[in-house]
Amino acid sequence: MSQSPACPRIGVYVCHCGMNIAKQVAVEAVTEFAARLPGVAVARHYKFMCSDPGQELIQQDIKESGLERVVVASCSPLLHEATFRKACAAGGLNPFCFQMANIREQVAWVTADKGRATSKAKALIAAAVERVSRAQPLERKRLAVGDKVVIVGGGIAGIHAALTIADAGKKVYLVEREPTIGGHMAKFDKTFPTLDCAACILTPKMSSVKNHPNIELMSYSEVEKVEGFAGNFKITIQKKPRYVHEELCVGCGECVDACVFPKAKFPSEFDEGLALRKPVYMPFPQATPAVVVIDPNTCLQLTKGKCKQKCVEACQRGAIDLKQEPEQVEVEAAAVIVATGFKTFDPRGLPQYGYGRYGNVYTSLEVERMVNASGPTGGEVVLKDGAKPRSVAIIHCVGSRDKKTHPWCSRVCCMYSLKLAHLVKERSGADVFSFYIDMRTPGKGYEEFYDRLLEEGVHFIRGRVSHITDWAMTKAEEGKLVVSAEDSLIGVTRRIPVDMVILSVGLEPQPDAQEVRKKFNISCSQEGWFLERHPKLAPVATFTDGVWIAGACQGPKDIPDTVAQAGAAASEALALIDKGYVEIEPNTAEVDPEACSGCKTCLGMCPYHAIRRDEEKGVAVVNEALCKGCGTCVAACPSGAISQHMFTDDEIYQELEGILSYV
Amino acid sequence: MRFLYYPGCSLKSSGRAYEESLLAVFARLQFPLEELPEWNCCGATAYMGIDEKKAFVLAARNLALAEQHGDGQPVHLVAPCAACYLVLLKTQKYMVEYKPIGRAISDALKSVGLKYRGQVKIRHPLDVLIKEVGLERIRAAVSRPLEGMKIACYYGCQVVRPFAEFDDPHDPMSMDDLLRACGAETVDWPCKVRCCGAMLTGTVEEVGQRRSYMILHEAMRRGVDAVATACPLCQFNLECFQGPMSRRYRDQVEMSVAYFTQIVGKAMGLDERTLGMHRLFIPLRQPPALLGTSHDC
Repeated sequence: MSQSPACPRIGVYVCHCGMNIAKQVAVEAVTEFAARLPGVAVARHYKFMCSDPGQELIQQDIKESGLERVVVASCSPLLHEATFRKACAAGGLNPFCFQMANIREQVAWVTADKGRATSKAKALIAAAVERVSRAQPLERKRLAVGDKVVIVGGGIAGIHAALTIADAGKKVYLVEREPTIGGHMAKFDKTFPTLDCAACILTPKMSSVKNHPNIELMSYSEVEKVEGFAGNFKITIQKKPRYVHEELCVGCGECVDACVFPKAKFPSEFDEGLALRKPVYMPFPQATPAVVVIDPNTCLQLTKGKCKQKCVEACQRGAIDLKQEPEQVEVEAAAVIVATGFKTFDPRGLPQYGYGRYGNVYTSLEVERMVNASGPTGGEVVLKDGAKPRSVAIIHCVGSRDKKTHPWCSRVCCMYSLKLAHLVKERSGADVFSFYIDMRTPGKGYEEFYDRLLEEGVHFIRGRVSHITDWAMTKAEEGKLVVSAEDSLIGVTRRIPVDMVILSVGLEPQPDAQEVRKKFNISCSQEGWFLERHPKLAPVATFTDGVWIAGACQGPKDIPDTVAQAGAAASEALALIDKGYVEIEPNTAEVDPEACSGCKTCLGMCPYHAIRRDEEKGVAVVNEALCKGCGTCVAACPSGAISQHMFTDDEIYQELEGILSYV
Repeated sequence: MRFLYYPGCSLKSSGRAYEESLLAVFARLQFPLEELPEWNCCGATAYMGIDEKKAFVLAARNLALAEQHGDGQPVHLVAPCAACYLVLLKTQKYMVEYKPIGRAISDALKSVGLKYRGQVKIRHPLDVLIKEVGLERIRAAVSRPLEGMKIACYYGCQVVRPFAEFDDPHDPMSMDDLLRACGAETVDWPCKVRCCGAMLTGTVEEVGQRRSYMILHEAMRRGVDAVATACPLCQFNLECFQGPMSRRYRDQVEMSVAYFTQIVGKAMGLDERTLGMHRLFIPLRQPPALLGTSHDC
């Protein structure tokens, strides 16, 4: 059977996706329909087209039936377009002679009625067949990639990723918005379940970052702009003025002693407001870089313009510069790792728990500082009046597992609550009451740790606390905080009077997650957690090539999981660098010099400055390396001289024809 | 915008002082409240417990009448009784969110030639005073500031939850803001939205009275002059069982319990009878400085 070149031989493959598609779409009927479409030489359905046997079907048909075009009707191209293009290529067909029809996300998962789902699947397949008949074989361009990586966020995720990449001999820019790296982990005393000291395992890594020849640490800095693409990003970073020349400061602290404020007066961010600091301060003794910072919101010179500037006088190295301006730095990077972490839930949103109303209601993060040997109380657990508590309640799930706050489980709170229960008991000898909904301890050695706490005599009460008050009903309750909850194991409501309450606050996305995601062109769940490319199989990749995510910015997770992700992101970034090139989708625009009038309309329209005018010939020319295939110039050209590969008018009209002819 | 007033049964009987003081205060603020003509039972309590559908239909008839009365203009229906307020809000919500309930209500209304399109805004007087009248106007109307008077604001369980949106369900502040604007001191206390015992004071007496006692006990501990309420049943439960409570819990329970509107009215210099003060079993306790300052206007 001979085919004219205008009507190539097309193969159509309808995937069941197990039951995902097959339970909503009558795949056999759809296949029969496809077989009768013009140009279709082969039409088949198969349980899993993405599996090896599925792909082999395509390859075999290309060879044996002489297919010139292929359509797979299955899932979203985001998931498997690359898979099927490779299968086509393996069969000897140009990978761009392939078209995908998404009958899973766009049909089976969203169309409730089976009949309508089947019709819709047919329409989409008709469209794909029409479109692919006009597809042209195209070649991918290869571009060399750089060998530097920008890592955003200097918590344990960013630190671990930076060291991994730097140890592999590649240059890293580690950008941290706070004056020091270390993130949340630097605030902790011990880590669960091993109770090893957080500082002992973190601070060596922090100083390795500082001293590593391949790492350029940019603290107190934020990424402002990201341009370019995988392998060739151009990133603008703003260094916020810390009013101290980092390279001159040795962190001796003379300026802090000299500051006109005789006493520390402002709440320390690092100590969660439990301790005070001066306007010029070092966040904590192991801060990295070990450089002071001046807070522009409290420094007299910077707020009122009037101060004796004793700090400037005191610094023998002349490091203090109260006129410092923000500085912009532009760096090139092959890859970006976003590891911007999380924020803890603010329990003021739950007034029934009395945070901010009763002095002895603390957040878990505040207590982390309190139990820290180098914290504001030297590791002692004390009440506001300085006394040791005799009884302490720990409330789980504050801001977690609650539709009114956050529906998700924050994953780390059960374990850190257990850890705090242990530490509070150890430091104060207090009776500890732990109010939980479910005890979630899935991790290596975690359940064993829970067992240990049971042995230690912590009182575990299963029930969500309804309110915490100073509402004393009996003598024993006078002067205490009364925690009310239903004990759902024995079926009674209980009122437990305690001296201190610890709210185990949940994890939530950073408040500026949406802005950050836009900067890096990655996706976010509705709540603000950054979205991975695939929840199981690509947990650290994003939908933007060359950008990876790691740690709690992707969702709540503990230190081991965070470090595992950071390692994964680092090795995927290294793989890109090692490969040495990226392939560019050939969806670029092309100017037909015969039709171009040289009017320059397109030059101003192109957001990527990818078009220039060839002055000799008087026509526009597209630089394929810069063109992103957005199509703006195609639409703008008054003489219709520009077309876009993979999106030619012919292909689009034909696709419409396919859908409409079916309807 | 029209503000219609839905009294419900309580404000015409045991809670008359609430109606008297409410209307007097709104009149003083030159904010007219017009009583909904032909209103019927809101469907609260017994109906809601026994036959939810009947309760919805009863409430919906009032809403339909209010909407009709608006003649196409937006209508606000002010329901001072917490139970009425809750049932009206619940009916409004369920009609929209649960189709079968919506249909049943519409059918019932149709049989008497009525129709409800869901256009009525159901408001509590606290909400109207804060959001519509505004604290500025209220402050301007205060002629006898309640200086030295310490009040515990008691919102009860139904005014701010589960459906109301004008104040925080756990820590409401509207009544506190209002009474502070009247010059009184209000205390931060943990019983603002605790249950008063509701119907249980009449059925399972010990359980019901214990609820009320816990609240009064705490108010006494805080050293307040009075508890301000926003619900006829709360007022009744807290005020009328203080004798039995004293015996049962071996305590000396004595606490003035007045409607917040009575206290606001007092600050506006309205006379005792207009505010229904004579209907209180326990006279409103006031600091000596305030005594004798109230005179007829």
